[in-house]
Amino acid sequence: MNFFKESLLQLLGRAPTRPKPDDFSPEVKKIHFYKKGEKVTLDEIRAEHAAHKSHKWRNRRWTTLLLVNLLFVVSYYFDIQLLEGALTASRFMGFHMADLNSALQVMLAFKHVVLNLLIGTTTVFILWLLLGGRTFCSWVCPYHLLAEWAEKIHLWLVEHKLVKNHEFHRGVRTAFYVIFALLALGTGYTVYETISPTGILSRAIIYGATLALGWVVFLLLFEIFVSQRAWCRYVCPIGMTYGVVGLFSPLRVVYNVESCKHEGECRKVCLVPHVLDPVIKGRAIDINVPIGADCTRCGLCIDICPTGSLRYEIKGLNKVL
Amino acid sequence: MSEEKQKQNAAAAPTAAPVINRRKQQERRQFLRSLMLAAGVVGISAMGYIPVARSWNPRLRPPGALVEDEFLASCIKCGQCVQVCPVEAITLADIMDGFGVGVPYVDARDQACDFSCDGLQCILACPTGALSHSLNYPHEVRMGFARLDRPDLCLAMHGKGFKGQIRGPEFDGLFRYTEIDRWKPQRVHEQTFDLELCDLCVRHCPIEIRITQCEAGKPPSGDVNQCPPRHAIELQAEDRGDGVMRMRPVVLDGCVGCGACEMVCPTEPAAIVIDIESTVERV
Ligand code: SF4
Ligand code: SF4
Ligand code: SF4
Ligand code: SF4
Repeated sequence: MNFFKESLLQLLGRAPTRPKPDDFSPEVKKIHFYKKGEKVTLDEIRAEHAAHKSHKWRNRRWTTLLLVNLLFVVSYYFDIQLLEGALTASRFMGFHMADLNSALQVMLAFKHVVLNLLIGTTTVFILWLLLGGRTFCSWVCPYHLLAEWAEKIHLWLVEHKLVKNHEFHRGVRTAFYVIFALLALGTGYTVYETISPTGILSRAIIYGATLALGWVVFLLLFEIFVSQRAWCRYVCPIGMTYGVVGLFSPLRVVYNVESCKHEGECRKVCLVPHVLDPVIKGRAIDINVPIGADCTRCGLCIDICPTGSLRYEIKGLNKVL
Repeated sequence: MSEEKQKQNAAAAPTAAPVINRRKQQERRQFLRSLMLAAGVVGISAMGYIPVARSWNPRLRPPGALVEDEFLASCIKCGQCVQVCPVEAITLADIMDGFGVGVPYVDARDQACDFSCDGLQCILACPTGALSHSLNYPHEVRMGFARLDRPDLCLAMHGKGFKGQIRGPEFDGLFRYTEIDRWKPQRVHEQTFDLELCDLCVRHCPIEIRITQCEAGKPPSGDVNQCPPRHAIELQAEDRGDGVMRMRPVVLDGCVGCGACEMVCPTEPAAIVIDIESTVERV
């Protein structure tokens, strides 16, 4: 239960808490004790990273993301009724699907629920519950992919001291979540959908370019020049919704402390580095620690880790992946 | 002097005030920044209210659409209605429509809904009931109401006929001419007409076409429920005592506002247009 609570609080925006002395299991205490004496040189780590270049999960993920979005386009253009609609709501081979956040906004604004929408919402809920919740973000959301590329530019600019990264309080996302819900409820309009880059991009990919893409470009520029991954980190209620679903997901990333060198490369590539707090030296409370619900299951950390300390896991079915 | 003292103090007590202040300051900055972010994003999203409240872009909505504000509330902006329409009459609105971005509309002059799907496919496709699932037949639809907007342009009002292609060879609007193909809509420009007196709007009215089919004992799929109970449009003689045989298109109660008349009207601009304001309440 403690894991759920910590995971939820982090999702809402609280900083990760340092574990207390009696949170640690006796086994991990021993490991931490031995690691204290161990000295790893920077060169050793660099050599190890140079020898380990993997983009396995990133490539799989990009392929999946592109395929899903292309499937919409192909279904429409060739009129094969495979995946009709857009990411906000669709029909997959006749089965209704509705994005949880869009459906929620519509329910709050319209105050009336049609059976099809309920069916679609339930299907999607179960789907992402099984697949990890925020997996939607990194494996499906088209904005995520663009933002990933924008992030590369941002990091390059930061490295060359051309821009500074401005961080916001992560709790602001929770505030946005509440504000958009209240706006939908109060005004009777799906206010968030107007500025949702996920919806705008999905529709633009399927139905053709629109002026609304200007807003998406603005967001990307903001992320390049002002704040790293700002939309996904501090605003997007879709990520929040799927994050909550992910609290209960069996599919997750698990960290194993034994061979970890604690050099922290994984936290540098992560969209939500706070979830990787346990990889900091002395923080893991057990030998295997599941990563919290805000994790998008993107696998970047898994790819970059030379010691294999991070891996996917399906709870209950250990070491399947 | 005093500066030096301070430095000494700081060196003597490394955990002293300045460090904490810096952190506090940073936290305060971050808080203010976050507040600004929130205000900015909420402000921008609230701008979507302007075009809606001012109804800057009144739009003809697809068949079965709920009244405008309910429609905007309930549409999930998926475009499934767009995908099923055989004549591609439905388009999704852009950001200029504010909260209406991604919401479907019909530009009747470009491409009207001619009900060539027979079964109100868009209504069936809609997952949220934004296109009300309670309609079953085209004649139950009320999208708007046709109005002879510029009688002085109307060819029939001048007693003139029409010869050639409707709206020229460039126009790529579609219409289902049942005599040619029951299922496949044709390009309007592929048809040529030679009419003594223009009656294109009446001729292309899906409601009138259906009534004619029913009177001939041939309702689509043999379903008599498909037969509209009321006429939508007719030509009425208008005598100005100048010896010219003039006809006025008169819109009747059965008009569903599909826009077929507006699409095919050969004058530029169209003499007959759809009045979006007079929709549902009228019936
Ligand atoms: S913890 Fe790993 S898998 Fe999860 S979001 Fe971060 S990099 Fe991706
Ligand atoms: S009723 Fe049929 S033809 Fe008309 S807009 Fe809907 S799908 Fe298209
Ligand atoms: S199918 Fe319904 S919810 Fe989807 S865009 Fe059309 S009207 Fe909106
Ligand atoms: S009069 Fe025009 S708008 Fe009315 S039903 Fe006929 S074609 Fe449609």
